[in-house]
Amino acid sequence: MLTQTKDPYPGGDVRYKAIDRVIKRFNYERDSLLEVLNTVQETFGYLPKDSLIYVARQLRVPLSRIYGVATFYHMFTFLPLGEHNCIVCAGTACHVKGSARIMQALSDEFNIKPGSTTPDGQFSLIMVRCLGSCGLAPVVVLDGEIHGKETPEGILTRVRDIMIHSKERYDG
Amino acid sequence: MDDSRLLTIAQKERERQAKFRHRIFCCNSTACLSAGAGDIHTTLEQAVAACRCEENEVEVVKTGCMGLCSKGPLVRVETRDEAPVLYGNVSTEIAKQIVARHISQPDITAELEQDESVAPYNFIHLRASMAQAQLQDYIIPLDLPFFSKQVKVVLRNTGFINPEKIEDYLAHGGYQSLARVLREMTPEQVCDEILHSGLRGRGGAGFPTGLKWHLARKETAPKKYVIVNGDEGDPGAYMDRTVMEDDPHQVLEGMIICGYATGANYGYLYIRGEYPIAIERISRAIRWARRYGILGKTVLGTNFSFDADVRIGAGAFVCGEETALIHSIEGKRGIPRIRPPYPTTSGLWGAPTVINNVETLANVPTIINKGADWFAGIGTEKSKGTKVFALAGQLRNTGLIEVPMGITLREVVYEIGGGIPGDLEFKAAQTGGPSGGCIPAVFMDTQIDYESLKQLGSIMGSGGLVIIDETTRMPNFARFFIDFCVDESCGKCLPCRVGTVRIRDLLDKLLEGKGTLDDLDKIEKLCELVKDTSLCGLGQYAPSPVMSTLRHFRHEYEALIK
Repeated sequence: MLTQTKDPYPGGDVRYKAIDRVIKRFNYERDSLLEVLNTVQETFGYLPKDSLIYVARQLRVPLSRIYGVATFYHMFTFLPLGEHNCIVCAGTACHVKGSARIMQALSDEFNIKPGSTTPDGQFSLIMVRCLGSCGLAPVVVLDGEIHGKETPEGILTRVRDIMIHSKERYDG
Repeated sequence: MDDSRLLTIAQKERERQAKFRHRIFCCNSTACLSAGAGDIHTTLEQAVAACRCEENEVEVVKTGCMGLCSKGPLVRVETRDEAPVLYGNVSTEIAKQIVARHISQPDITAELEQDESVAPYNFIHLRASMAQAQLQDYIIPLDLPFFSKQVKVVLRNTGFINPEKIEDYLAHGGYQSLARVLREMTPEQVCDEILHSGLRGRGGAGFPTGLKWHLARKETAPKKYVIVNGDEGDPGAYMDRTVMEDDPHQVLEGMIICGYATGANYGYLYIRGEYPIAIERISRAIRWARRYGILGKTVLGTNFSFDADVRIGAGAFVCGEETALIHSIEGKRGIPRIRPPYPTTSGLWGAPTVINNVETLANVPTIINKGADWFAGIGTEKSKGTKVFALAGQLRNTGLIEVPMGITLREVVYEIGGGIPGDLEFKAAQTGGPSGGCIPAVFMDTQIDYESLKQLGSIMGSGGLVIIDETTRMPNFARFFIDFCVDESCGKCLPCRVGTVRIRDLLDKLLEGKGTLDDLDKIEKLCELVKDTSLCGLGQYAPSPVMSTLRHFRHEYEALIK
């Protein structure tokens, strides 16, 4: 086997070490692509273009194939998330208990569609299909904190609250 | 390590547990954690520490799902020689009161009052302030039909053991079925035993598990694989996640037995990326199993070699389909392919591969332990054993239940589920998620098994059971599911890729009040077409929610047409 040329990390970013570790654990096998991309997504919070080129070189996989795989799976994103993010569960149980109204309320509040981020990068609205906490439906996750049996009014109050605080920090 | 060593460890662990006078079990499953169980566990431990009990007086155990998720966080107190007490909706304040009620408190001396670790748990104060009656309100009677109607096979350990400790699983008879299989049975006998038990695939399709194992066993390839399908994508279903989170070793044991029976030496557990706790606990279980010689070159000291690894899904519903799942493990887009050849002939990297659902494999250790006849004694003629359901929607009690096959929907809704809150009427039960259908109230007394659900135009599915009351309108509900399938269609075959979109468009037209009777006909024809011509299960079953609601609630569609 050819010796692996040691590519410098794009932009000298040391976070690539975590990605290298996974690539090595799988012995540079092409089949490990999904595992590697999972690590990239986890490390950076999204899939930066440079990282995909890096992975393509390391695994000797065409960039087009990586793009194909990355666009297939929902958990991979090409843009970073907003400063704050709100995940609204749209599973069956949550749907039956009114998650659509929660989504609508948030969508109206920020004037963005589900799955997008406000232009100022402050807030992302995400829809998922079932978080598996159906007993607490409808479920909303705001900045990593889970809120069960949520209402449109309740979540708007919470969201406005964190947005005001974050603005104060920003201005102050 | 051979199995006699495991027995010794199990015995030691049982003795250790028996020493404690009180054992406080705090549910640490995803649903309860969402409701704040993490804080409850910390509070319980601190409160217990503040009691200054003697050693071996109290143990606080992080355990798995106790079932009644809607009342989470749940805490169960087991005191020696006393009946266990279950508390629901526990807050940190109630957690302190639970400790104050059950565990003997120290005399609060001046010295102790000063102690910062004790002060917040001033039990004298707590006791005085605590109206005993108030704590009483948080007790959930264990003789509720919710508990008494259930039969636990797969969930026998969840809520009773600490899923992160292999010793606890061993103490509950863990890995003894594997030891027995390796010691006394040939691979063929194992396959026969599973076949005779009547166990069928719990992922939804209901293929006889023993038959699948036999097919793989008869292949002569040098390399074979076992894959555990933990890509539970149905919205409203979380049975497999609970089993993986709360009893991971049971899944591993089933997987290793399957490996022995089919001649495979390597296994993959493919778990949804959305289930971080399940991934972590399964990975930990694998590490411990290796350390104890349960995985590795010489499984339990025999010359059978088996190892396993976890693969993480990245969010694609279609990857629950077995050929798509195989592609995903191979690092490709998760797109299904035409079968045959079936994976038992040519699966992962072309090698014969058995793919079983998490719940299916979790049944295996108990079947080996108690015998195929015992298992076949539960359930109906063609559907044996039990089924785990995630009971959700408009019900008083929602959560995770395990019931014998053949139970009626009425029993599930009104006895286990406690009925519909707020005097509303039961309208329908939705099973099988986006691949399933709705069962209307007139069929309340139908037995739940593979065949009868199919007859009603639904499927058993993986186990999501969502109850709908009269406030939900069926055309909107059907649109919700078809929208899901539009999102999740992989795009390989045209009927599914385009057909689902066209069905959605037509439904939208109806919902906007612009539809005609002709459109209703078109929807029906299109549904048939998509069902008959799609490549994989996703497409074939995508029209089911529409078809079944059209069949049972046609008047609601017609009412939309002016």
